[in-house]
Amino acid sequence: MIPGFPDAQPVAGIIGGLMIGVAAAIMLLGLGRIAGVSGLAARAVGFTQGGAPRSVAIAFILGLPLGALVVALLSGGVPASYPAPGLLIFAGLIVGYGTRLGSGCTSGHGVCGVSRLSRRSLTATALFMGSGFATVAILRLAGLL
Amino acid sequence: MRIILALLSGSLFGAGLVLSGMADPMRVRAFLDLLGPWDPTLAFVMGGAMIPMALAWMVQKRIERPIADQQFNLPETRGIDGKLALGAILFGIGWGIGGLCPGPALASLALAPAAVAPFVLAMLGGMALHRVTSRP
Repeated sequence: MIPGFPDAQPVAGIIGGLMIGVAAAIMLLGLGRIAGVSGLAARAVGFTQGGAPRSVAIAFILGLPLGALVVALLSGGVPASYPAPGLLIFAGLIVGYGTRLGSGCTSGHGVCGVSRLSRRSLTATALFMGSGFATVAILRLAGLL
Repeated sequence: MRIILALLSGSLFGAGLVLSGMADPMRVRAFLDLLGPWDPTLAFVMGGAMIPMALAWMVQKRIERPIADQQFNLPETRGIDGKLALGAILFGIGWGIGGLCPGPALASLALAPAAVAPFVLAMLGGMALHRVTSRP
């Protein structure tokens, strides 16, 4: 517990974060590749020819729900609530387009690139964090949250 | 070997996302909600992920090739252009509205497929749109 932030889960956050970091390290040291979910997803469905072998991309992408399922079964359910479908469709469209245009998302730029101190990834991460903060601030000021 | 490692990496990644609460869009959005009841959990997740990866980059510099491939295939780290900036800004807007980025969205297909499907399908649509519009 963190005083003042009753909803925060720092311990679960760090443990989950360590698992994500080890996962990305397996991709880097095992396969010599960046564990970037947006790029691997695009590769898995055939939207790009470059990058990892398609079989590797498909295996990684299938692993995401597989690992999620294991945690859900062991923990007896995972709480989650979602915005309205219309908002999700709009959000999904610009997340898909934006991550391809910007060559990465929270995993490739945020986890892998920032830990590498890549200038491109540090810039991208600052920009998507900044626009995320600004977007939610606007939603709140507009009374939509 | 490569497929097994990729499946292991993806599974561990998905498990970590769910365990840390990042598969809940409202928790992610609460991190971005500086004017509301701010939830710093995402910062702990990012911080936790930095530790193994910072070590992995140090190891990477000292080895010739990865365990299961002939060479490293890594992107350039320099060269910031308008595409990178605009793409990141657009992604951040969608992330703020939906509370979802690609990893948690795909992992959530195992948890709440009906709820997350509109996002995932639209995300693939956005990726397809980029592919179609970026052809030479």
